[in-house]
Amino acid sequence: MDMNQYLDIFIEESKEHLQSMNQILLQLENDHADIGMINEIFRVAHTIKGMAGTMGYTHIAHLTHEMENALQLVRSGEIKIDSAIIDVLFQCFDKLEKYVDAVESNGNEGDDDSTELIELIKNTILKKDTEIIMQERSDFSKNPTKLKVDSHVENAVKRAWEKEYNAYLVSVELNTKCMLKAARAYIVINELESIAEIIYSSPSIEDIEDEKFDLKFQFIVVTKADDKVIKSKLKNIMEIEAVLVDDLRENNILEFDKTNEDTFEDTFAFEEKSDYDDKKLDDGSTSVEKNESNSDEKASKPKIGKTVRVEIERLDNLMNLVSELIIIKTRLEDIDSDGTSTNMHEATEYLERITTSLHDAVMKVRMVPVERVFNRFPRMVRDLAKELGKDIILKMRGQDTELDRTVIDEIGDPLIHLIRNSIDHGIELPSAREKLGKDKDAIVELIAYSDGNSVVIEVTDDGAGIDLDVIKKKALEKGTITSEEYQAISDDDAIKLLFNAGFSTAKEVTDLSGRGVGLDVVRTKIESLGGNIEINTSLGKGSKFIIRLPLTLAIIQALLVKVSSERYAIPLKSIKEITTICESKIRQIQGNEVVLYRNVTLPIKRMAEVFNIKEEIKDNSEEDEKLVVIVKKGNKTVGIIVDDLIGQQEVVIKSLGKYLVNVKAIAGATILGNGSIALIVDTNSFF
Amino acid sequence: MNKSDATNQYVVFKLKEEYYGIPISYVKTLEKVTDITRVPNAEEYVIGVMNLRGEVVPVIDLRLRFGFEANEKNEDSRTIVLSLDDLIIGLSVDSSSGVLTIDDENIDSAAKFINSFEDDYIKGIGKVDGRMIILVDIHKLVNNKLEAN
Repeated sequence: MDMNQYLDIFIEESKEHLQSMNQILLQLENDHADIGMINEIFRVAHTIKGMAGTMGYTHIAHLTHEMENALQLVRSGEIKIDSAIIDVLFQCFDKLEKYVDAVESNGNEGDDDSTELIELIKNTILKKDTEIIMQERSDFSKNPTKLKVDSHVENAVKRAWEKEYNAYLVSVELNTKCMLKAARAYIVINELESIAEIIYSSPSIEDIEDEKFDLKFQFIVVTKADDKVIKSKLKNIMEIEAVLVDDLRENNILEFDKTNEDTFEDTFAFEEKSDYDDKKLDDGSTSVEKNESNSDEKASKPKIGKTVRVEIERLDNLMNLVSELIIIKTRLEDIDSDGTSTNMHEATEYLERITTSLHDAVMKVRMVPVERVFNRFPRMVRDLAKELGKDIILKMRGQDTELDRTVIDEIGDPLIHLIRNSIDHGIELPSAREKLGKDKDAIVELIAYSDGNSVVIEVTDDGAGIDLDVIKKKALEKGTITSEEYQAISDDDAIKLLFNAGFSTAKEVTDLSGRGVGLDVVRTKIESLGGNIEINTSLGKGSKFIIRLPLTLAIIQALLVKVSSERYAIPLKSIKEITTICESKIRQIQGNEVVLYRNVTLPIKRMAEVFNIKEEIKDNSEEDEKLVVIVKKGNKTVGIIVDDLIGQQEVVIKSLGKYLVNVKAIAGATILGNGSIALIVDTNSFF
Repeated sequence: MNKSDATNQYVVFKLKEEYYGIPISYVKTLEKVTDITRVPNAEEYVIGVMNLRGEVVPVIDLRLRFGFEANEKNEDSRTIVLSLDDLIIGLSVDSSSGVLTIDDENIDSAAKFINSFEDDYIKGIGKVDGRMIILVDIHKLVNNKLEAN
């Protein structure tokens, strides 16, 4: 059964449903009485259950099923919602999110069957003993028929006992209404294999697959788990009439066939559960299943592509533009025949307009609202506030601001970091706030808006702000700045100290003033996205972190330079300035070339050397003046000597492909107007 | 097996004096040699990247890959663009002479021969009308580098 084609849809839709569940839960927390919300969560849980069931994700289906059970009681008014119940629902939500993440990254939901959580639901919400008791049909007798098995199965079982594994005879009977018996049995086998090793099956696995069985089938399994776990796992599967798990140690139900003894000595080795898959077992009866589960695993590890949901309107727009392109193409063909240059000129202008619009349209297709990232923050703030005993109101604005999908994926962590910082270190405890005459409820604001060619995200709090004196003192102690600098340093520069890598690990700073943990990580991340970050702070009043991000990563402004006959693109963002220096002023210091530029030593790299470019023989090799592009990384600078500047250009970044990963100092490639390729320089590698 | 089955068809090309074959299923297009931009600091046999209709495709000089001396590209030179798994890669060869069907019974497995190459990229030798076609193991050719990464 190949479900891979539906996997993307499943993940995307589950995420959407979970997102709405999250929102509803947050609303529900404020208004316990709203039965509409309960209905909504019920509906979401039900939808997820349905989807997960279809996809064969039994853990998800089971958990949502329990949620439904619980919510049903709330719906019918038997119990009242309270914060304990909401906490449990939040936990369920977290668990579901984990499952979906696991599905996304591994292609399966994992082994966690959330037994504890389900217990918790039952204890908190259902309170009374509503445990669903497995019906055991009378004809499924307590003493199952004796099984005749080979000696190697016997050996395997004995070995299991020696290693303190449990061996069970698992008997499963399917419901008579079961339509796809083989499929159902397959799920049972899968479930069993997730916690146990099947060493024997009756009828054989092949027969079960070919549906050559009635309603019952039996397995001998060895596992560390106990019979309850097995039972609870199997109970969850639909259309199963009864499950019996008998410990082989207790019940003498095996009858060993002594005919082919001792040939299988030592062939069966027990592994810890985690090693199961990569271990080839040469025991005859198990190898069949092993191979199967291996191939199955391969199949179930699908490639999950990144997808973007696009409004049909945007696609229509694209379509229109493409049709215009076709019109202009025919128009150009016509011009060829009548050959007037004014027409030609007009046509190219028209073409230019279309390509610009087309570019915009395609960019828009890649855009996703920041809402996608922001959505998780209300929950996070709620949890943090509870944990720290602070009263916090989170305000969000501009959720519909759009950013490139790639940026959206990356920006989450830095934002979490900043918000945590604000709440953890910035905002005072309610009592302290009241003393200071502030409102007891602190406000954390998250604002996104677009500004020209970039998008700005601001994280603002009305907490304590950052004490610059403390930072300066710390920097002095750590030797980041000298005592003269300490006197002279401006507030702006002092704030920048926070982003120094050295500060991030300094525990003392955290204890004193906060705002130091990992800010350099945040900065690095944002800079790697082509953005930057600033801090505005005022002591006692709060601080504001301003992140500026490019609208898209795919297109950048770059400076095209020429070295010998080769052309390279240097991202404009990383260029500080362009200047000329005299060859004669370059000095060698410990094998590195430096030059004194504006009274600062500037390391010099020669592009031709870094890229092993063969020097063209020049007429005036005496030429003393060298063109230097000064690039920056944080507050470090390096001068790169190039032969010639071609000009500034908007370039589309293309990857070099998988075959050429990790090429030193190259970030990608771009296709120039004449169809040739220029490589994009990774300036960070010059530092 | 059906004679026209695509699995038995090979794109045949020439390198030095020998003919080589690549299963047609891997071949995306055959291109004349276009502008190639050198990629500094890449392996010696990677001559650079080419623009294949808006896509940046790395190009390997198969001569260098096989340890032969390089040659000047000329009118006959071709780039065979392969697509395997999600990888697109160009192979620069001396010339290409079309597609041949080689049945399995006319392929000798490489194990019979003493390999003249350092790495073992030969999958077998195909015999067609008295010609010998060296069948290249594309996966080995490409993946050795990927694994090294």
